[in-house]
Amino acid sequence: MATTITPNQPAPRISKAASEVDERLIVAGPLRRTLNKVFPDHWSFLLGEIALYSFVILLLSGTFLTFYYDPSLSETEYQGIYAPLRGIEMSRAYESSLGISFDVRGGLLIRQIHHWAALLFVASIVVHLLRIFFTGAFRKPRETNWGIGVVLLVLALLMGVTGYTLPDDLLSGTGLRIISAIILSIPVIGTWAHWAIFDGDFVGDVIIGRFYILHVLILPAVILALIALHLLLLIKQKHTQFPGPGRTEHNVVGNRLFPAFAGKATALFFIVFGLCAALGGLVQINPFWLWGPYNPAQVSAGSQPDWYIGFLDGSTRLFPAWDINLPGDYTIPALFWPTVVIAGLMFTLLALYPQIERKLTGDTASHHLLQRPRDVPVRTSIGAMALMFYGVLWLSGGNDLIADKFDISLNAMTWFGRIGCVVLPPIAYMVTYRICLGLQRHDREVLEHGIETGVIRRLPSGEFIEVHQPLGPVDEHGHGQLTYAGAPVPKRMNQVGGARRAIKGFFKPIEQPSDVELEAQRERRGLAAAEADREVTSGRPSEGGRPSEGGRPQDPRD
Amino acid sequence: MSKDERAGSRPDDEAGPLHGGPDEDYTPEQLATMDREELNRLGARYDGVEVLHVDPPPAPGSALEKQAERQVSLAFGIAGLFALAFAVVYFGSGWFLPTWQWGSDDNGWSAFYTPFIGVCMGGALLFLGVGMVLFVKKLLPHETAVQDKHDGSHFDRTTTAATLMGGVDRVGFPRRKMIGRSLGFAGGALGLVLIAPIGGLIKNPNKGNPLGTTEWAEGIRLVRLDGSPIRPGDQEPGSLETVFPAVPGGNLAADAATMLIRLRPEQMSRLQPRQGQSDFGYGDYVAYSKICTHAGCPVSLYEQETSRILCPCHQSQFDVIQGAKPVFGPATRPLPELPITLDDEGYFVARSDYIEAVGPTYWNRERI
Repeated sequence: MATTITPNQPAPRISKAASEVDERLIVAGPLRRTLNKVFPDHWSFLLGEIALYSFVILLLSGTFLTFYYDPSLSETEYQGIYAPLRGIEMSRAYESSLGISFDVRGGLLIRQIHHWAALLFVASIVVHLLRIFFTGAFRKPRETNWGIGVVLLVLALLMGVTGYTLPDDLLSGTGLRIISAIILSIPVIGTWAHWAIFDGDFVGDVIIGRFYILHVLILPAVILALIALHLLLLIKQKHTQFPGPGRTEHNVVGNRLFPAFAGKATALFFIVFGLCAALGGLVQINPFWLWGPYNPAQVSAGSQPDWYIGFLDGSTRLFPAWDINLPGDYTIPALFWPTVVIAGLMFTLLALYPQIERKLTGDTASHHLLQRPRDVPVRTSIGAMALMFYGVLWLSGGNDLIADKFDISLNAMTWFGRIGCVVLPPIAYMVTYRICLGLQRHDREVLEHGIETGVIRRLPSGEFIEVHQPLGPVDEHGHGQLTYAGAPVPKRMNQVGGARRAIKGFFKPIEQPSDVELEAQRERRGLAAAEADREVTSGRPSEGGRPSEGGRPQDPRD
Repeated sequence: MSKDERAGSRPDDEAGPLHGGPDEDYTPEQLATMDREELNRLGARYDGVEVLHVDPPPAPGSALEKQAERQVSLAFGIAGLFALAFAVVYFGSGWFLPTWQWGSDDNGWSAFYTPFIGVCMGGALLFLGVGMVLFVKKLLPHETAVQDKHDGSHFDRTTTAATLMGGVDRVGFPRRKMIGRSLGFAGGALGLVLIAPIGGLIKNPNKGNPLGTTEWAEGIRLVRLDGSPIRPGDQEPGSLETVFPAVPGGNLAADAATMLIRLRPEQMSRLQPRQGQSDFGYGDYVAYSKICTHAGCPVSLYEQETSRILCPCHQSQFDVIQGAKPVFGPATRPLPELPITLDDEGYFVARSDYIEAVGPTYWNRERI
């Protein structure tokens, strides 16, 4: 083996060490394949990453919290630094939570980072899911990964619920009481399930310990495994991409993993972490020392769950008082429908949506190119309908606060929600459908007639017309011959290089304007290029006017 | 290739044709003549990646590059300063800086401790991220690469299926039915063993009717949170007081909390107790369970003008003068009424436990 050093090879010592490693592990090939992997570039592809990074932050901050938290319901008397609660009976769980906030250096910051990261985790999962839904990224072959994503969302909600129960303050105890009632409301097995979970009647003395082990071990382990599977499938199936020049069903156009994509991804991690840290320091969240210890006989007005459970609280508030009494004196409690059934139905429909759409459209092909929401109006409208339903439920989860702040009757808010969750979704469907069609038509119109330049010309006949900039070759009537290909159509002159790129430099220009001009001509962009073009080719600038007065000449549109 | 001289190797023992990468096509001598960029492109092509177009970064030494470098370094520098400030405040508090510990009576340094270290930590991380974004955007070449996407191959499917089915044939389960069945039996029974420990969680919720009973019983006094008993004259007409059974732990019992309400005269005149419960009250006092019959929250908000009690969780409303019947919201059942009377010393006591289950509805509530 030649050991001569050429200037292009890495330093000999590193090179030798790398060879030693590869002789043992044989990783050079897989490593090169990984570094060369191409990732498409679009801002919306970062939403899932935000969820992933929030989860990493949750693991880090949560581990810190476990060092101090004690999941015990044994009673003790608070003697810590926070004066208003001194001498009050409370559980060890609440006392140790107060300890994290008051007696651990930086503990309050970490706890608030943990809470903010949890809110961000669920939020980014939901927005990521919406992106996948509205662009059709769940279609074959990615139905499995969609299903995994829905399961991850449900697990994230369970993580949230088990997590915000742990401090055992008045608010989380109230939430726990409602959870207990929901479990009791399940027909036939409700009381048995409650006895299995709570080890007896509400509240018992094991539930916090059980929620704790769910929250710190079982659920995170499952989530971690599913995230690994989610990413493995993503790498195996490769990322979807939006339609565009050179992009087909059989390729991926974008950046290679190393160094550009890896750099951006790492940067995003730090930005997400930084944002959570700044929020955790600046914006107080769940100051449970103000709520006091849990007592089944006490509650605060305006008790609200974290945002992601709000829709279930709303559905529970809206659902009418309909107990179903069965023969034999059995009852299906009204509480069962808006909690177990609604949530179960919503997530089941969500999980099965790829199969449902496959069935209804008969589209069994594999798809790697994404769709613009406007091009699939039915799906987009279904999504808008579901979002509207969710939105009404979510808003109703805070209807007492809205009623209070805006001085509206509480009962009127409840009736608004009851009627709204039935009437508004179909309206959302119809409106969205019309908007989709309108956007589609506008795309076609621009392709046919060109971009509106805003330049008005007067014809010799005295008629005024607006000059349009065609996007491609035109036929004898001046109609564009480009067909719509699922990619965004430019709608403004600047998007097709109508203006020269700005010269860089904040205080003073740091580029030569002539260089920018030359670059624009080289790339055939903007007026500079067109004018240079004209000087070479045309010679009769009077015919139809100069481009700087509104684009190329064109017949009036008919 | 030098001769293999390891013990146990035979002269004809050579690596097969599929050994390693395309080392046959590209000899070390060939590769040595290529520069790094060529090797980079070659490896990419071998992985199905074609680099279509590279927008070069700003020219080395140009004003554009210097500006970008300044911006990136500034961001990294600010990140470092924030991190240092974090360390100084974090460790310095209580050492050469005032203490960080925050009591509710103190709004000086310690009240700003958490916001300050949060801003420092967030600033350090944010500016690190921003610096990296600037670096990638302004100083790296913008590369447009295209990678082929492979569909599954028919060859792979066919040969894998043959391998699998060949294995199944050799094991012979389709034919050896007895082994298959006995293995199924053993597996099922073992599964039972594995899930059996979960059976330890199962308890009978109907034994002793815990859901239908509370701590209240005949002669148990109604006491306030601080344990003091109540006489009829203690409350103003129209007021509500939360009372607990005078038993140990009664103030924390999940289902025993009760509202003792003294009605105003005009409410008394319109009082319509539930059927068979007209003697549950005492004088102008009535006592209802505080636990909402919907989801178990304590109903707490009493509006005496309308005689309504509102549950703050899901806004069920109960009418006190109609036997706490639900008049709005998701609750379906009235709040159970506690029968009360006075004992020999003139304090309120319960005449019995609630005559129905308090709290949320469940499947067999009516049967117990």
